Amino acid sequence: MSDFLRNIFRMAVFILVQVYILNKIPHLHRFITPYLYYLFILWLPFSISRVGLLLVSFITGLTLDYFMMTPGLHAAACVLTGYVRPFVINILTPKDSFEFNYREPSPKAMRWAPYAVYVLILSFLHHGYMVLLEWLDFGRFLEFVIKVVATTGISMLLIFTVELLFPRRLKFRTNTP
Amino acid sequence: MRNIFLFIRRYFNFFIFLALQVVALWLLFTYNHFHRARFLGIANELTGRINTQYNKVEDYFNLKDENRRLHKFNDSLLNLLPGNFIQQDTSMRLVKDSVPYDTAGHFRRYFFRDATVVYNTVNAQKNYIQLDRGTNQGIKDNMAVISSDGSAVGVVVNVSANFCQVMSLLHVQSTVSASLKRGGDFGTVEWDGKDPRFLLLKRLPKTVEVKNGDTVLTSPYSYNIPPGYMIGTVADIKVDNTTGMYILKVKTAANFYNLQQVHIIENIERSEQVKLFEETRKKIEETKKNPK
Repeated sequence: MSDFLRNIFRMAVFILVQVYILNKIPHLHRFITPYLYYLFILWLPFSISRVGLLLVSFITGLTLDYFMMTPGLHAAACVLTGYVRPFVINILTPKDSFEFNYREPSPKAMRWAPYAVYVLILSFLHHGYMVLLEWLDFGRFLEFVIKVVATTGISMLLIFTVELLFPRRLKFRTNTP
Repeated sequence: MRNIFLFIRRYFNFFIFLALQVVALWLLFTYNHFHRARFLGIANELTGRINTQYNKVEDYFNLKDENRRLHKFNDSLLNLLPGNFIQQDTSMRLVKDSVPYDTAGHFRRYFFRDATVVYNTVNAQKNYIQLDRGTNQGIKDNMAVISSDGSAVGVVVNVSANFCQVMSLLHVQSTVSASLKRGGDFGTVEWDGKDPRFLLLKRLPKTVEVKNGDTVLTSPYSYNIPPGYMIGTVADIKVDNTTGMYILKVKTAANFYNLQQVHIIENIERSEQVKLFEETRKKIEETKKNPK
């Protein structure tokens, strides 16, 4: 399966899981909304161009927005995530080590600790920006902070569950076909 | 000029980022302002279609609750049917508190309770159905049971605190009084223990005109089962030459294979009817023994 097809398929699955499972599960708490769909952006290949990454992020966010009737909210957060992603990858990993060996970010490609930091930073940015937009007329700053932290926590939990349950079979990139 | 182009090229990604942010925020804030989103009409078509497909699946998970709600509601409606009440002669009336009646002088005769089937067989010779209602819910022996589509199922034969056993029509000892919808001639419905899809209607004289497909209803002469509930339709006609009676094969109206929700019907005046019958018999027999 080509990268393109694989990612189209992945995006559909992530959006459907987000809309029909995570948004449908009984309400846990008013501060906690489980988010997982943006893991699609974190999983995009290393080789994608930065403009491409931004556009794909925008489309992902907008698709979810139209399901949830909040046009622009998730799109804005996704675009921010997509924009910051290359910087985080650059900081966390020494130059030209893994990027040429593995196709996309994963615990195997980056090792667990850097991958966890990578996920944490981007989750935090995504949720922080989204909750900020949602709560622009929020009452108390403390509630905003609690919501960001709680949502990030539950998302981290979900993402690591997914990583453990569905280890991606990543081909080691070699010159021989 | 050249520097401007260089500048734009250098920060090209950042400008794209800004542009997309502006678009997203514009969508968000215009939505909040006008309470309707841009392009929502087109997007709605697509998401609506996917949601419909999803709903088809999701509905299956709610079927059980929905079914129970519907059944409860049917039960409340059945209790309102005018057939459950008998008009009393108003000039001479014995007022009894125990019999519920409304202000128009209608005495309630049949009372409906909803119940769920917890155990059911069709393969034995003597099939019993267990329901989740018992003496705590006011169930007594000899109450009739009909399925959720209003077709006869059986009669309560044993009751515990919270459950009751129903002798199904598919029981070799079950005899239920039945009548043909056309003409109203009556006979009894029994089961020969062979095919759970068919019952036998016996004791109907050969002189009665019967056709395939005629409807068989519960008869008005039963103490247990209220009249007019469907038992089945005639599927095969045979004549027993020794007795001159029909043996009709009746296709059951109730689907005994997947009974889920049923109604238990109480005949409030049953004890009075039975008592009168017993006393009459006793009286006649006594007069036979010692004639004056």
